[in-house]
Amino acid sequence: MSQQTPERAWGYAAEFTTPAAITAAAKQVAAAGYRWWDCHTPFPVHGLDTAMGIKPTILPIIVFFGGLTGMMLAAFLQIFTNSLQVDLWAIVPVIGYQFEVSGKPLISGPAFIPVLFELTVLLSALTTVGAMLLLNGLPRLYHPVLKSPKLARITDDRFFLVIESRDPEFADKKTLAFLESLDPVSVVELES
Amino acid sequence: MMTTIPVDNTIEDPRRRSPLVLGHVEFGTVTEEICRVNEAPKPPKAWYVSLVISALAAGMLLVMIGYLILTGVGVWGNNNPVMWGFPIVNFVFWVGIGHAGTLISAILFLFRQKWRTSINRFAEAMTIFAVICAGTFPGIHIGRVWLAYWLFPIPNQMDLWPQFRSPLLWDVFAVGTYFTVSLIFWYVGMVPDLATLRDRSNTKIKAIAYGIFALGWRGSMRHWHRYERAYLLLAALATPLVLSVHSVVSFDFAVSQVPGWHTTIFPPYFVAGAIFSGFAMVMTLAIPAREIWGLKNFITMRHLENMNKIILVTGTMVGYAYGTEFFIAWYSGELYEKFAFVNRAFGQYAWAYWIMVSCNVAIPQLFWFKKVRTSIWIMFIVSLLVNVGMWFERFVIVVTSLAQDFLPSSWGYFTPTWVDVCTFIGSFGLFMTLFLLFIRYLPVLAISEIKGVMPAADPHAEHHEPVDTLGQEVQE
Repeated sequence: MSQQTPERAWGYAAEFTTPAAITAAAKQVAAAGYRWWDCHTPFPVHGLDTAMGIKPTILPIIVFFGGLTGMMLAAFLQIFTNSLQVDLWAIVPVIGYQFEVSGKPLISGPAFIPVLFELTVLLSALTTVGAMLLLNGLPRLYHPVLKSPKLARITDDRFFLVIESRDPEFADKKTLAFLESLDPVSVVELES
Repeated sequence: MMTTIPVDNTIEDPRRRSPLVLGHVEFGTVTEEICRVNEAPKPPKAWYVSLVISALAAGMLLVMIGYLILTGVGVWGNNNPVMWGFPIVNFVFWVGIGHAGTLISAILFLFRQKWRTSINRFAEAMTIFAVICAGTFPGIHIGRVWLAYWLFPIPNQMDLWPQFRSPLLWDVFAVGTYFTVSLIFWYVGMVPDLATLRDRSNTKIKAIAYGIFALGWRGSMRHWHRYERAYLLLAALATPLVLSVHSVVSFDFAVSQVPGWHTTIFPPYFVAGAIFSGFAMVMTLAIPAREIWGLKNFITMRHLENMNKIILVTGTMVGYAYGTEFFIAWYSGELYEKFAFVNRAFGQYAWAYWIMVSCNVAIPQLFWFKKVRTSIWIMFIVSLLVNVGMWFERFVIVVTSLAQDFLPSSWGYFTPTWVDVCTFIGSFGLFMTLFLLFIRYLPVLAISEIKGVMPAADPHAEHHEPVDTLGQEVQE
C-alpha cells in the first residue's frame, strides 16, 4: 500500500439491513466491473456468492490429495512396521519388523483397512481446515474492515458491501456516488 | 427481551414449515439473547452449585487415578477371567455418548435437517468431552501408565512396533481420529460465533481472548464460500467416521473368540446403541440448560420432540438387535453361544440384563405417544433411564461373556471395588466440569447458523413477506 497517498481511503463500506438488499446491490457491483470488493455478512447468505460471481473453490481437489496422502501414509506405515524387514534412516535408524501373527500373511489387506480408512479421514479433515484457512488468508490479526467500530455489526445483524481503493475501477467520488445509488442505510469510509 | 411464548410448534401441518426459532424476527435480538449466556455479569446460582459438585467429582477422579498408578490395577475389581471390568465398560459407554454429537452435526447436516442448528453446538461439545472421558479409561487400564506411548507407532530403542492386525490398535487410530476430527469440526463451526463474541466484548481481555480464537474472521462472503464448502466436506468426512468408530470399538469384541462377543451383528448394533445413548445424554443436558439459561426460543419443544423420536427409533433398533442375538445363538446350534445368551438373561447377571432391557427397549416405547414426547419431566426421566440402561448394556456385554465362557473350571464373578465406582463417578465430574465451563465461556448455540434458518434470512423474500411477532408467516 506504499504507493497510496495518505488521504486516500482504504475503501468504502455500504451498509444494508437485509440479505435481499445486499444481494441486489452485489449484482450491480459485479455488473459495474469491480474486482476488489467483498460482502461481509453475519451468516452465509444463500446465493450471494453466485450473485457476486465467486468461482467455485478448489478446496475439494486439495482435500482429495490430502486424503490420498493419508491413505498412502497409512499403507506405508503398516507395511513397513508389520510386513517388511528394511532399514530407514530418519534422524535415528528405524528398522521394520516382520510380524507373524496367527499365520496371517505378512501383508494382510483386510486387517490393514481400518487404519487405512482412519488416516485417510484424518488427513482429509486436517487438509480441509488447513486449506480453507490458507485460501482465506486466515488467521489474521488485523484487517481494515475489523478496525472500524461501525462495522462491528457484521457479526451481529448488518450486511456490508466493501469496495477497496486498490480496485482499478475505483475513483473516489464516483465510487462513493455509485455506492450511495445502491440505496444503503449508510456509507462508511475505511482507513487502512 | 427474554420472552417465552407459549407457541406449539410441534403441530405437523404439511402446508407450512414449523418455525425453528420462536419469539424473534430480527437477527440482532437472536445475537443478544444467545450471547447473554456468556455476557451476563454473573452466571445463575445453579451454575456455581453444579460446577462445585462437578469439580469435586473431577478431583476425585484425579485422586483415584493417582491411587491406581501408585498402587497398581489390583485396586480394581478386575480379575481372571474378568480382565476387562469397569474401565472398558466405561470406555465403551463414553465413546458411545459422543456419537450423538457427530450424528447431529454431520449426518443431520447432510440430510438438510435444519432443526439441528439449535442443538449441534453443545451436542458437539458433549462429544469432545465424552471422548476425553472415554480416552482416560483405556489409558489407565493398560496398567503401566507411563508406557502408554507404546500404543503409538513411535520408533524406539527396542525396535518394536505395534501390531496392526489387532483391533485394539485400530481402536487407537479410530478414537484418535474421531477426537481430532470432532474437535476441528466443533472449532471451525464456532469461529464465526467467536467473532461475534469478540465484536461484542466489553473488556480488553475478552476481546483479545475471543479475538485470537476467532482467527480474524470478518464475515467475508468470499470466506463464507470456502467455509461452507469446508464445512460440507467435514460433514461428509465425519459421517463415515462416526459409523466407523463404534464399529471398530465393537471389533475389540467381535474379532475375539469369546461366546457372546464373536458375532457379526456387533458393528451396526453398537452404532445404533451409541446414537441412542448419545441422544439420551443430549436430552439430559439440554433440558436443564434451556430452563436455566432461558434458551427455550431456540431449543424448542419441536427440537426435543424430534430427538425423542430418534431415541424411539434407535431404542427399537437396539431391542431388535437383542432379539437377533438370541435368535442367531439358537439358530447357530453352537453350544457355547446358546449358553452365553441364556446365561445373560437367566444367569448370575440376570439383574443387569433385565435393567438393560427395561431401560433400553421397554421404556422408550412410551415415546409412541405424543403426550409423552412433549412432556418435559417424562422425557427427562426417560433420558436418564436410557443412560442407565446403556451403561448396563456395556456391563452385560463385557462382564457376562468373560465371567462364564468355555470351561466351567475357569468361571468367575466380577464385583467392582470402591475405586471402580469412584473412578466412574469421577468421570462424570470431569465431563460436567468441562461442559459447564463451555456453557459459560463459549457460544453455546450456533448463532450464525440459527440466523441462517430464520425466515428473514431468505434473500429471495424481496417483497418481504409479512411476519407476525412469532416469526411465522401470516396466513392470508
